[in-house]
Amino acid sequence: MKLYEYLGKELFERYGIPVPVGRVVENADQAAKAAAELNEVVIKSQVLTGKRGKAGGISFASSPEEAKKEAERIFSMELGGFTADKLLVEEKVQIEKEIYLALTVDGAAQRPVVLVSLDGGMDVEDVPEERMIRWPVDVTVGLQSFMVREICRKLGVEGSLQKEFLKLMPKVYKFFREMDAELAEINPLALTPNGLVAADAKVTIDDDALFRHPQLPRIKEKTALELKAEELDLAYVELEGDIAVMANGAGITMATLDMVQHYGGSPANFLDFGGGANVEKTSQALELLLGTNPKVLLINIFGGITRCDVVAEAFSRVRETKGIELPVSFRLVGTNETEGRAILEKAGIKSFTSMDEAVSHAVDLLNAS
Amino acid sequence: MAIYINDKTRVLVQGITGNQGSFHTGQMLAYGTRVIGGVSPGKGGQSVEGVPVYNTVFEAAEKEAADASILFVPAPFAKDAALEALAAGIKILVLIPEHIPLQDAMDIMAQARQNNAVVVGPNTFGLVSSGASKIGIMPNQYFVPGPIGVVSRSGTLCYEIVGHLTDNDVGTTTVVGLGGDRVVGLHFIDVLKEFENDPETKAVVLVGEIGGSAEEEAAAFIDSSMTKPVIAYLAGKSAPPGKRMGHAGAIIERGRGTFESKVEALTAAGAKVADLPTKVPALVKAAIDGN
Repeated sequence: MKLYEYLGKELFERYGIPVPVGRVVENADQAAKAAAELNEVVIKSQVLTGKRGKAGGISFASSPEEAKKEAERIFSMELGGFTADKLLVEEKVQIEKEIYLALTVDGAAQRPVVLVSLDGGMDVEDVPEERMIRWPVDVTVGLQSFMVREICRKLGVEGSLQKEFLKLMPKVYKFFREMDAELAEINPLALTPNGLVAADAKVTIDDDALFRHPQLPRIKEKTALELKAEELDLAYVELEGDIAVMANGAGITMATLDMVQHYGGSPANFLDFGGGANVEKTSQALELLLGTNPKVLLINIFGGITRCDVVAEAFSRVRETKGIELPVSFRLVGTNETEGRAILEKAGIKSFTSMDEAVSHAVDLLNAS
Repeated sequence: MAIYINDKTRVLVQGITGNQGSFHTGQMLAYGTRVIGGVSPGKGGQSVEGVPVYNTVFEAAEKEAADASILFVPAPFAKDAALEALAAGIKILVLIPEHIPLQDAMDIMAQARQNNAVVVGPNTFGLVSSGASKIGIMPNQYFVPGPIGVVSRSGTLCYEIVGHLTDNDVGTTTVVGLGGDRVVGLHFIDVLKEFENDPETKAVVLVGEIGGSAEEEAAAFIDSSMTKPVIAYLAGKSAPPGKRMGHAGAIIERGRGTFESKVEALTAAGAKVADLPTKVPALVKAAIDGN
């Protein structure tokens, strides 16, 4: 779950990471009032898309009138498909240098990794490898001062900035670990006459750890259908085509989409209903798909932890209670497949054992419809 | 021979009294796995499928020490259970659950590194040395002995590929599911190294998907250190960029980890890439007949 900048900064403050003085506002009048208190301000759209600055979602003002005008403009604009409900109005900090600092997960090393560059700012993606220092941290040891000094040596940083890093980096590491962040990115980390200040905050919290953070608001950036799928704990992505696809497992679902395309069809969605779903959840997944009005339904099940009889049971139940009008191509093999196929046969539904046959049949059904 | 596990491997099931734990204990026993005990705190003294249940891993070890443990406990409690298994000396730990928090996974991996233990998963189907021992949740009937090693990031897609091999009378030595999460214990390279050194494995099938750079790293290893043929299948050719397709692994970001970059890297390393799952067996047969 991505956090809005202002939420990220609120959490930073709790961990002692310096942030600019600011106010969260919900309308242009509040923005003017904030500007009256803070004098020179920066006004930042609170949307979850990157490149806000380049798109015009960040602006400066030196009077309440100007702040009001700019706030009105930013509230009315669309950024990456989102409009802002809130703006962050902050005192303008005097930036001597823009630094990049992030903590994220290095999957290959199985460790958190510190990323630091002295070339922070708008185009940090283009910073050459050798000017971006990567330091994986063993979690049993944690981020120690010697590591920060070593990072500083690689950066060519000493003196007062090294002292600042020694204070700041362990706080960011602590934040990253305790808040179950997947990403804690500060760009720019501003070097000001008063030391380092987090001028931005890009924080992503691990969805799987949200249960440990009941105090965090739940932020959504999805379509209504995707939200519904999330409620049901399904992995669902809307696509543009006509064949609704339901499979168990992300890999096989992707391979099914690939094969649909290979045979000349176009998938309407990606729906992975996961492993080990019961009849109830499988039925809900089916009902969700049927609600999208696809032309053909393709179900591809290779049961492992998912049991074929459970899927078959769910399908025949939904068929009986809700009716399934559209043509269906069903593939069913794996754990309890004999039981599953028996249930389908009893309901008069034909099923395939091969994925190829089921997918090409689905495309044939689409072409015939 | 096979890798990691064999018919002597003694297996413990953590979370054995749950729905999945008990069902798959039965399935593993039916496959021939030596399941010697189960653990469910508060349920000690019961038995599941004839397997004795203990309250703790240490209590189980007092009766008979296990070599491996498979976890079916819910994700929020997985870290505690995994650290318990490692503390009790388990050397092969199979983490079935999905949704284990990333920070927990990193804690588990750090401890496993210190103990020289192998962690498979999380979010995996486990591993099976065909005809000898299955520590996982895959359907039994497809895993028959033969000369092919299989390593996969995704679960069901791996069954699909192994199913095609089996239908074509090509069996497997060991099949390993790496797991779909961002932090997992084993990577392609670890398993490729084992297969390269396993005299029974004649060729390796690698099942990958878009996102991350694991396939590119595998390609570099194949290029530098593999003498055995490698056949690959990759999912996600049709996936639109920037969409998360199901699990943490399957996402394309910033132009890295694309389908094209992976196919290119593997092909350049000398691996054969199948464009459909059904085409894997023919490539495998050609590779082992050519040897």
